[in-house]
Amino acid sequence: MLEHVNETIRWIPLLPLMGALVSGLWLIFARQELPRPLVIGLGCGAPMLSFALSVREVFRLATAFPAGERFFIDNLYTWISAGDFHAELSFLLDPLSAVMILVVTGVGSLIHIYSVGYMREDHRDDRGFQRFFCYLNLFTFAMLVLVLGDNLLVLFVGWEGVGLCSYLLIGFWYLDDHNAMCGQKAFIVNRIGDFGFLLGIFLLFWAFFEAGHPTIEFYAMREHVGLVAERTVTLPAWLGFLPGFPTWTLLTLAGLCLFVGACGKSAQLPLYVWLPDAMAGPTPVSALIHAATMVTAGVYMVCRLSFVYSLAPGASATIAWVGGLTAIFAATIAICQKDIKKILAYSTVSQLGYMFLAAGVGSYSAAMFHLMTHAFFKALLFLGAGAVIFGMQHEQNIEKMGGLRRYMPWTHWTFLIGVLAISGAPPLSGFFSKDEILLGVYAAHAMPGHMALWWIGLVTAGLTAFYMFRLYFLTFSGASRAPMQLQTRIREQPVVILMPLFLLAGLAIVGGLVGLPDAYGEALFSLPSSNSLHYFLDESVVSATHVVPPAREFALAGLAVLIAAGGAFFAVFLYYYRTDLVPRVTAALRPLYQLVWRKYYVDELYSLAVVRPLVRISDAFLYRTIDVRMIDRLGVDGTAGFVRGVADRGLKLVQTGLMQSYVFVMLLGSVLLIAYLVGGL
Amino acid sequence: MIEGTLAWINSHLLTAVIFLPIVSLLVPMLLELFGWRLSATTWKLFALIVSGVGFGLALEVWDRFDASVGSMQMVERGGWIPDYGIHYYVGVDGISLFLVVLTAFLLPVIFVASWNEITKRVKQYIFFMMALQSGMLGAFLSLNLFLFYVFWEVMLIPMYFVIGIWGGPRKLYATVKFFIYTMVGSLLMLVGILVLVYLHYQQFPGDPITFDYIGFAGASGIIDTPIPTEGQPWWQNQVWLFLLFGVSFAIKVPLVPFHTWLPDAHVEAPTAGSVMLAGVLLKLGTYGFIRYSLPLFPIATIQLAPWIMWLAIIGIIYGALVAMVQSDVKKLVAYSSVSHLGFVILGLFALNLQGLEGAVLQMVNHGISTGALFLLIGMLYERRHVREISEFGGLARVMPVFTVFFLITTMSSIGLPALNGFVGEFLILLGTFAVSPIKVVFAISGVVLSAVYMLWMVRRVFFGPLVHDANRKLLDLSLREKLVATAMVVPMIWIGIYPATFLRPMDRSVSALLRKMETRGADLAAYQRVESGAGKKSAKVSRTVADE
Repeated sequence: MLEHVNETIRWIPLLPLMGALVSGLWLIFARQELPRPLVIGLGCGAPMLSFALSVREVFRLATAFPAGERFFIDNLYTWISAGDFHAELSFLLDPLSAVMILVVTGVGSLIHIYSVGYMREDHRDDRGFQRFFCYLNLFTFAMLVLVLGDNLLVLFVGWEGVGLCSYLLIGFWYLDDHNAMCGQKAFIVNRIGDFGFLLGIFLLFWAFFEAGHPTIEFYAMREHVGLVAERTVTLPAWLGFLPGFPTWTLLTLAGLCLFVGACGKSAQLPLYVWLPDAMAGPTPVSALIHAATMVTAGVYMVCRLSFVYSLAPGASATIAWVGGLTAIFAATIAICQKDIKKILAYSTVSQLGYMFLAAGVGSYSAAMFHLMTHAFFKALLFLGAGAVIFGMQHEQNIEKMGGLRRYMPWTHWTFLIGVLAISGAPPLSGFFSKDEILLGVYAAHAMPGHMALWWIGLVTAGLTAFYMFRLYFLTFSGASRAPMQLQTRIREQPVVILMPLFLLAGLAIVGGLVGLPDAYGEALFSLPSSNSLHYFLDESVVSATHVVPPAREFALAGLAVLIAAGGAFFAVFLYYYRTDLVPRVTAALRPLYQLVWRKYYVDELYSLAVVRPLVRISDAFLYRTIDVRMIDRLGVDGTAGFVRGVADRGLKLVQTGLMQSYVFVMLLGSVLLIAYLVGGL
Repeated sequence: MIEGTLAWINSHLLTAVIFLPIVSLLVPMLLELFGWRLSATTWKLFALIVSGVGFGLALEVWDRFDASVGSMQMVERGGWIPDYGIHYYVGVDGISLFLVVLTAFLLPVIFVASWNEITKRVKQYIFFMMALQSGMLGAFLSLNLFLFYVFWEVMLIPMYFVIGIWGGPRKLYATVKFFIYTMVGSLLMLVGILVLVYLHYQQFPGDPITFDYIGFAGASGIIDTPIPTEGQPWWQNQVWLFLLFGVSFAIKVPLVPFHTWLPDAHVEAPTAGSVMLAGVLLKLGTYGFIRYSLPLFPIATIQLAPWIMWLAIIGIIYGALVAMVQSDVKKLVAYSSVSHLGFVILGLFALNLQGLEGAVLQMVNHGISTGALFLLIGMLYERRHVREISEFGGLARVMPVFTVFFLITTMSSIGLPALNGFVGEFLILLGTFAVSPIKVVFAISGVVLSAVYMLWMVRRVFFGPLVHDANRKLLDLSLREKLVATAMVVPMIWIGIYPATFLRPMDRSVSALLRKMETRGADLAAYQRVESGAGKKSAKVSRTVADE
């Protein structure tokens, strides 16, 4: 494989790190904020420079080399090495990471700028403003390490780093215990995912080791993956209920283990529970970390390891099904939520499910395409929601909003664009990416139950349109339901907040054109291969190929649009024309509504089935019974008491005190033991 | 005279490292004897300088250390009671090197940290800390079993006094418990040593009696255990010897179920005691395993390794679960030590390069991270004089800098990549996976649980509203405290991002150890063929040791 060394790559992640270090160390050692312009310059400048650098390097990558040679390698040093295990600290820029770094630094920069406006009121004595930018820069650094990492372990560094930043930023306003709880929950649930991730790394490394190529580097593994493709593992007997029992291929097992990690990071069933709670963080954080970038890391990882998953059909099918089920599951929850950010959070979970659905059926480039468009429109929606929340004096309940169109026209228009894009309205970006996913699912004949998944995808599209338009109408149309004194104070946001909204709205509109499906390109502009994103990415991923005739493709797209339109019209009907019907519908469906409103009681279930028993057992049994009662009272104190008894009654000669009696008895015991072992031959 | 002393130190570097702390105390003692009244501050300053010089000497050892050599370096040997094979015999290799550096590093940090904490009996405090230091360094460096035993005992006594004099309200209970546990262990080890020497003498009647267990050029004979063969008495089996040593080490580590002395000792000990206990003393248990049990009883090690690994896993999970429900900060950290040292044992008995290097590195890591946790908790204790988690809450508001350092230390302790804990844990798990994947599945749950208990504690101490009025006026870290915290954080980051500094010097020594184990593995295979005819386990054994 031809590689091109490029030592500029390292600066893409290092610049934000330097930003974070400067502001962080300053806070620790100077104990005060830098002047605000400096904080802004540093905080926003670092990711913007990083973005500029990314654009330059990606441009070089795409233009300077022919397809098949597009790899930049930047090797810093050997990070961990022991025996045959070597993990280099090196960065890899290839088409896959190119797309990711552009999204991360591009959308990231916009959100940094937005934060200047959003966080401006954070109190100075808490040094919140600078602390926020420090964390945000640190996050950008970690995310870039994640996507640029050349091997599984460097990826894992970023993976954990973004988790840390997520923890810090969810609990950013730590004085409220609830926020801190939510941050902690995010970290711990992600740790459960890491459980699988680490096992996956071990499985792959030792498999490649035994195949004679001990490596965890992506391209090296890809080159030699054939050597381990045939390896199987025998499952223990108690796993007899699993399909394919008793032997799985090793790659299936490894793929599933790694996917457990992805489930944690990308909030899929059953580990999605942290993401809705993560909305406790400031809204820019929700936009950047919990919508546009970090939560897509799992999708990126699956795409990065497409060479593993393409050889592991069982793992891929699992991914597709988990993704599909998560998509529809989260969409149903989103329907009943009242908190504007919670709705968007469940929508994110659902859209991530879409991406996994795509990755599971082998349409990796479609997954990445949706990842990218989703980053645009979901960041837009979140930032819009942030503007709304800011305008509403921190009110997040959409039932108390209404009529904001009049007060915040610009926010309203950009938000509407976001709603249309996520609903899949042609020709906005979401339409193309969602279409490509559904097409991939439709055509994935090798996948068991692919038609069921396709229907799930379609229904989810309808649900998505419904809940998004519900959100839109409750927030922006009708009369304001806010208290009078609040209504008089609602204002449009300043330009520093609106500017990122405009740019993201633009991207949400035209962003889909980079992945314009070939059929459309052919039909509309007579371009033979217009899906440039797909062809660009195809070097990095091992895509499944499926051919669907253009006519069928258009028909399918039409159906999807129809269903989405149906969902949207239903929302228009309920929340615009006949708002009086809403209470009656919810009353009629009371039990069902309750179930969905309480999010299927999943949090309660986890608490009841896992957390509480674990704490009870640890406290009552392990600690109080075994440690305190058995070992200490019976073992230690018992022995001590016995010794004391013996010393008191039997050995009056040694009566000078407690310690001496122990020593004496012990010495006696040792002498006897030696005598027995050595002398008593 | 000074030149002569320096020249002597130059040629007897390890001896200087060991005895500098205790011998240097002669200077202020003599001064006082001749009528100079030295103030407590002078004593503290003196102690700080000496410990700093000690750290400098340890760095010199590191500097002189030749990473391309797997055997003992800078060896010194002299007769002590030569007729009985007892020599003053010290040396350093890649396994003990960083434990020595760590030990020497912690002492000055501790002196700075406890500058204000210790107000009563300052001289005695300094004396005991110095004696402890000499004892621990001697134990790490000695190559003669008798010498090792002496140092092993010597360090117990000062620790006992440090807890007993400067400890908390239940210090007496804690010291008695500490004493009983460790005394039982020591005596069993003494029995083991004597039996071992006797066996050797019996096996090779021509050899002189010796307690040296590593060869010295020009000297005759080292302790070696006989390979058990058919028809021998049962007690000559290495397993019994392994257990005699092993129980002693297991108590020190501590392995469940020998761990209950640790939480009490930690809770009652003053900060300095806790840091030394967690930072260094516990490592003597794991170090004992790697230095003595593995090479002296390789056959028993290979036979018992799976069981010990399970015991370690029980410790990992048990310690974590119990830590989760503690209401006392120090107790929580103490139980977390039980969990973390379980990882070290796991890596040791994986008996491959990744596992062993990870384990040795993790010993250092745990010393730094848990040492730092105790130092930080000590700073909090100095301010509030309580350790109950529920007494705190919202400290991030009043002590932001302290919070930052505590968070970094927490992350290091729970193994966040790019900090030290991860490198060790990862290598341990990687090595263990090659031997037994199912064990790794269980062990990783300890990684998950560590996040649970540490973050629960962090949230309840640092986040949320400031509910207690007493916490509102807390002062953030002083310059001195910032210095201490920074000194601890720097190695965390260093090991985290560039572990090669610490891993490369280990390579040769660990490989040498593994080679020895490997040849013994072959012996074991032969032995088992004799025992069971067909040799059903031999295939498995050779797989265990072949991963070098």
